[in-house]
Amino acid sequence: MNKFQSFRSTVVPLEADNIDTDQIIPARFLKATGRTGFGENLFRDLRYDSSGKKKAGFILNNDSFHGKILMTGKNFGCGSSREHAAWAIQDYGFDAIIAESFADIFRNNALNIGLLTITLPENILKQLFAKCKKSPSTQIGVNLRDQFVELFDGESTSYPFVINPYKKLCLLEGLDDIDYLLSIRDQIALFEQKKASSIENLSRI
Amino acid sequence: MKKAKTLFDKIWDEHKVTGIPGGPDVLYIDKHLIHEVTSPQAFAGLEKRGISVFRKEQTLATADHNVPTINQHLPIREEMSRLQVSRLVENCRKHEIELFGLGHPNQGIVHVIAPELGITLPGMTMVCGDSHTSTHGGLGALAFGIGSTEVEQVFASQCLLQERPPAMKICVTGEMGPWLSSKDLILYIISQASTDAATGHFVEYMGSAISALSIEERMTVCNMSIEMGARGGIIAPDDKTLEYIRNRPFAPKGKALEAALERWKELHSDEGAFFARELHFDITGLAPMVTYGTNPGMGIAVDSNIPVLNNPSDRKALEYMGWQGGEPVAGKKLDYVFIGSCTNSRIEDLRIVAAVVKGKKVSQDVIAFIVPGSQRVRQQAKSEGLEDIFLESGFEFRESGCSACLGMNEDKIPPLSYCMATSNRNFEGRQGPGARTILASPATAAASAINGYITDIRMLAS
Repeated sequence: MNKFQSFRSTVVPLEADNIDTDQIIPARFLKATGRTGFGENLFRDLRYDSSGKKKAGFILNNDSFHGKILMTGKNFGCGSSREHAAWAIQDYGFDAIIAESFADIFRNNALNIGLLTITLPENILKQLFAKCKKSPSTQIGVNLRDQFVELFDGESTSYPFVINPYKKLCLLEGLDDIDYLLSIRDQIALFEQKKASSIENLSRI
Repeated sequence: MKKAKTLFDKIWDEHKVTGIPGGPDVLYIDKHLIHEVTSPQAFAGLEKRGISVFRKEQTLATADHNVPTINQHLPIREEMSRLQVSRLVENCRKHEIELFGLGHPNQGIVHVIAPELGITLPGMTMVCGDSHTSTHGGLGALAFGIGSTEVEQVFASQCLLQERPPAMKICVTGEMGPWLSSKDLILYIISQASTDAATGHFVEYMGSAISALSIEERMTVCNMSIEMGARGGIIAPDDKTLEYIRNRPFAPKGKALEAALERWKELHSDEGAFFARELHFDITGLAPMVTYGTNPGMGIAVDSNIPVLNNPSDRKALEYMGWQGGEPVAGKKLDYVFIGSCTNSRIEDLRIVAAVVKGKKVSQDVIAFIVPGSQRVRQQAKSEGLEDIFLESGFEFRESGCSACLGMNEDKIPPLSYCMATSNRNFEGRQGPGARTILASPATAAASAINGYITDIRMLAS
């Protein structure tokens, strides 16, 4: 995983609640066995009509809006656990998502691949939505090390956010959970011996 | 005195290998279930690292999400689907993982087969790259869905780095009337609590109305925990659980089972245990529930009117459904009825459907199909004579898989069509682009298939 760097970008404001992972990437696009190429079908049915024509009203089809930050409402990523949803967002070119709240599995999936999820309170998001929608060139800075986002609109205003310190370290240092788990395999084997008599081992597949 | 613990905390603590200070716990996973859609990237990750599956004997695979439900004995026609399923076969062969694949008598939806085979047991930790892994909580297992990177973690170490979520209690009391089932109960709870009521939490269901449920009904409740955002759902095992497990093919037997029974007696929340959040519901007088919108929280009693909504998201949902606020939901015309999915495709569900449709005919305006949760459920339904009843009524009776729940295989609902489904999600496009889904119980779906419109089963049955 690459080390997460602070950055500044314009924003794509997707002002809606409960965007589920079926909308982020519909199941019919989950047949690939790799991790790449899903960005093409990101928000497929919101973006395109049944004939494959772009839907005019959808924010990704509005040329005024682009950038590395996706901004959205509450309960983003609810539903299916498909990590393909996080892959699609990253593959499309987003490095961070700012939302009022995230579904748990989606947030884990995103952080596991270095896609930063930032939660901000409703009232602040409302202001940010209003600013970014009114002037699409508005820039927002993302500073993970010091845990704040910064709105640049003539002056600069910072909004702090909370992140689990372990996940923050993983992102900043590009650390891999699996390397860590592999390094403690002996400890895991010892744990298994201790619980060898427990009942879970009785059901053999 | 020992600290009072929740059931969730007891199981979590027993499986905690170690913890990273200020970070997640290393949670030991007893059983890892995998399927064709979310595992290939994890297998590829192992290969990139040059490592093998750490505990292959604790891993079980099936092909379910992307399989046809007609002519499963023939090669899969769609190329991408065929490749994905054959990749699973190759990966399982290479890593020596037991696979109940297409053509195997134990094949089926991953959350149907593990309980019915006796692989799911109380007190164990289970994960799968599928959000409905919470289903196994109906047997008192601590089970939850994970992403593919996490699947790779479990492959590599049989452990998962995971933050411990706080426990939440949902207590349900009261009695349901005839023809109602746990699907109505859970749709009601989600409609009252909202789709993110349990985000960040692990739910334990308890109370007299939960105890009264059969094990399969409990699985339906736990299954839909994720639809209110919960990490998972669990119900303490009791005598019904033990009876369910006894004699299942992979379950412990004889002395091992006796020893297990002793241990399972500890699997309940202690009096005074701390829950971060508590909700109480009384379901006395509950009516059958159906959804009217595009998330599982948009549910109402079948005998009531679609609410008049002003919030833009809600208005958009009604527009998608092609319905107006203020109209009665009963009587709305249907094009399809789908009975299946990890929520409601077990033998008890099929028995209910058979009881409703016996001697009646499916409406000419409706295509109605039943997709049993597993080959075993299918065989059981045949041996009980249910298949004859279904076919006689005009239902199709398919082979097992996830099917139209997520429309990943060819079982898609056409744009703008209305489909009443016993599955778990009515999201926009879930069953196919533009498809309109109405979630309901097996009894309501069966009654509605007969009439061709959304029906109050209590009226049909009387």
